[in-house]
Amino acid sequence: MTTKKEPIWIARELSRCSGCRKCEIACSLSHEKRIWPEASRIRVFMLVPGVEFPHFCAQCRDYPCVQACPSKALSTSKRTGAVLVKPSKCTACGLCIDVCPGRIPHLHPSENHVLICDLCRGNPQCVKVCREGGWNVLKKVPRTNRTYELYARKPEETTRDLAIKMYGEKAREFL
Amino acid sequence: MILGYAGKFLEVDLSTKNIRETTFREEILKDYVGGRGLAAKVLWDRLGTEWETVDPLGPRNILTFFTGPLTGFFPGGRICVSGKSPQSNGVVGSTVGGEFGVELRCAGYDGIIVTGEAKDPSYLFIKDSEVEIRDAGHVWGKDAKQTVRLLTHECRELLKKRFSSYGEFKEPAILYVGPAGERKVRTAVVAAKWTHAAGYGGYGAVMGAKRLKAVVAKGTGPLPEVADIRKVKRLIKAVCDNFYEFELWRRWGTGSAGYEVGARLSSEPVRNWQDEWHNEKSFGVDQFENRVWIKQLWSDFGCPTCCLKIAMVKTGKFKGAITDNPDYELQAYLGPNLGIFTPEENVFLASLIDDLGLCGIQTGNVLGFAAELFQRGILTEKDLDGIALEWGDAEAFAALTRKIALREGIGDLLAEGTYRAALKIGKTKNLDLLRYAVQSKGISIGAHGLRSGEDFAQIISYACSVQGGDHTSAAALPLDASGSELFAIFNDSAVCCWFNTAGLRRRTRFDFYTAITGLELTPEEWCKPKALRILQLQRAMLLLAGPDLKWNPKIHDANPNRFYEPLSKGPYEGKAPQETKVEKDKKQYYKEAGWDENGIPRSETLRRLGLQDVDKTLDKLRN
Repeated sequence: MTTKKEPIWIARELSRCSGCRKCEIACSLSHEKRIWPEASRIRVFMLVPGVEFPHFCAQCRDYPCVQACPSKALSTSKRTGAVLVKPSKCTACGLCIDVCPGRIPHLHPSENHVLICDLCRGNPQCVKVCREGGWNVLKKVPRTNRTYELYARKPEETTRDLAIKMYGEKAREFL
Repeated sequence: MILGYAGKFLEVDLSTKNIRETTFREEILKDYVGGRGLAAKVLWDRLGTEWETVDPLGPRNILTFFTGPLTGFFPGGRICVSGKSPQSNGVVGSTVGGEFGVELRCAGYDGIIVTGEAKDPSYLFIKDSEVEIRDAGHVWGKDAKQTVRLLTHECRELLKKRFSSYGEFKEPAILYVGPAGERKVRTAVVAAKWTHAAGYGGYGAVMGAKRLKAVVAKGTGPLPEVADIRKVKRLIKAVCDNFYEFELWRRWGTGSAGYEVGARLSSEPVRNWQDEWHNEKSFGVDQFENRVWIKQLWSDFGCPTCCLKIAMVKTGKFKGAITDNPDYELQAYLGPNLGIFTPEENVFLASLIDDLGLCGIQTGNVLGFAAELFQRGILTEKDLDGIALEWGDAEAFAALTRKIALREGIGDLLAEGTYRAALKIGKTKNLDLLRYAVQSKGISIGAHGLRSGEDFAQIISYACSVQGGDHTSAAALPLDASGSELFAIFNDSAVCCWFNTAGLRRRTRFDFYTAITGLELTPEEWCKPKALRILQLQRAMLLLAGPDLKWNPKIHDANPNRFYEPLSKGPYEGKAPQETKVEKDKKQYYKEAGWDENGIPRSETLRRLGLQDVDKTLDKLRN
């Protein structure tokens, strides 16, 4: 269990993802008050049918995105460990995307700033809907493990791994 | 502008390569909503007076891809494909699941109207308001899985190049046809993902005739603004909570029905409907679940139910075959209907059907029809190009399926669908083969028989439906019953998932409509006049029909002969509907629908609904 003061992490069991995109719906409703999949801070990729998975910030220990930001638009939350975006300072230069090992941030589709998961101040809405539905891909846990940041991977890389796990050799025909 | 709509439609003329935006007047959107209803309106307005001369596979046909106001909000994303049907010569609203409708609305469009015919294989690429017709030469001929792979890669590369600082683009949504659609096979589908299909109507053939291989959409905007987002959120939660607890569908989808509908309800096609009962436990859902399902919870946008599962054969002769469950329809039609009772053979055939872009129901029906003709010695091995089409021989059925998709040899005849094939083969053999054709007005009947009386189909469900054998649009008495065609018209026009309305109050989907659009609509107002008006338009176009086939209600508002042969075994042995009862119900249906004794919409019905022009055009049928 997590206490309020500890940094948290959203543990992710990617191969359980159904592709229902309820996380995108919940995230965009919470942040944008609209259903807006491309403005969601968590996005479900389906580069191969059947291989759906959520792609979102893994909160690397060294925060390369925060370090790279030339306009000090990015900071970290001491309480949750999330990367926080200050839209007024962000110039949408895209450097944070390029230094992210998973190319996870993306630009807001209509505003001039980048989108990164802010962990909903410790109460992530994506986790809530994922667990409500019994999908259990996402789970809130204390951020204790170095391994967590290994999940910052490019969508193509995760797709390849999950596709091979799912379809075996046959996956090569679909990648 | 009415809330809940993106507010614009795309109109694409493939002949002139002209692309423009268009809109509909508010009254039209209020009356016809979207999807199937709006498609019927567009087709009538543009082609109605010359309807019977329009070849569904010619350049004059109009193909529509319409969402509705519920698309993206009601759990389970869908889109409705329509046009003049090459199966019935009428209009069929054919919906398919997936993210395409959501992407299209996020791109700023409620729908696409496609006219004309491209000179060369093409696909349409939509990125928000940037729309272009692109060359599809390199994907022409490709199967489902390769089409999806190539177009996903190509379009993501385009997006990356054009919007280089955006970050990673998710995949766009794709609607496409396989090799069968390209060859204008009348049982070809418009497909999504690998396995989802708009099957009824045969619109894969229409896309193929227009040389439109695919439509690809990526929208980065929000879903349209709604009247009451908090109410929409509450309604979404109500639907989801209902289905999270619905163990049957969440666990098995419709996959348990391949055994259950045969064993319990006795309404499953077995060997071309010669029986509707089987008790083959080898076809139980436990066997599918334990042997071939590799992903049990698989959803489309916002869906709590996961009625589709991914199946893959891991060992043996059919190793590497991948499809969904199969769902009940394909389990039945590519299983017991062909004398096949093992999951691996069923998955193998369903996978092939997906890859070729065929409809499992329509093609499964024509395969069963051919096998019965072989059983009776009417079609010989020689007629079948050397294929001995024995019941239960999955590889023989696969060989014939490939011939149908490629229109090779006997496949060219069977590619016309069961009704037309029965007429053509019957003519050469000088036999009435319609007695073995289980269809209604050119559309083969879904895998829900009516002889046992235990399934949802009523004795007039297929005879009186404006979409023929379409089990998702079955006619029912009374006309405004919750399971009637008028409510199917709502699902297909507001474009929401029929399944995800199950177990909900009849009002709930109308509450969605109101919360989204801000317009009050009760089930009663829907039935009369709105749905009734759409029904009349569809009925009118169905009866006007096309250059190759016309329907006479006296002859064709009928059950297939097979349904009058008493069930030969099982708990309902001996059961069949009485023809007198069918005639009585038909009369009652005509009366409630406002049709005359010949099944033609009455003048006063049409005039009351404001369809004076339809009334005038139908005069030619009345005389």
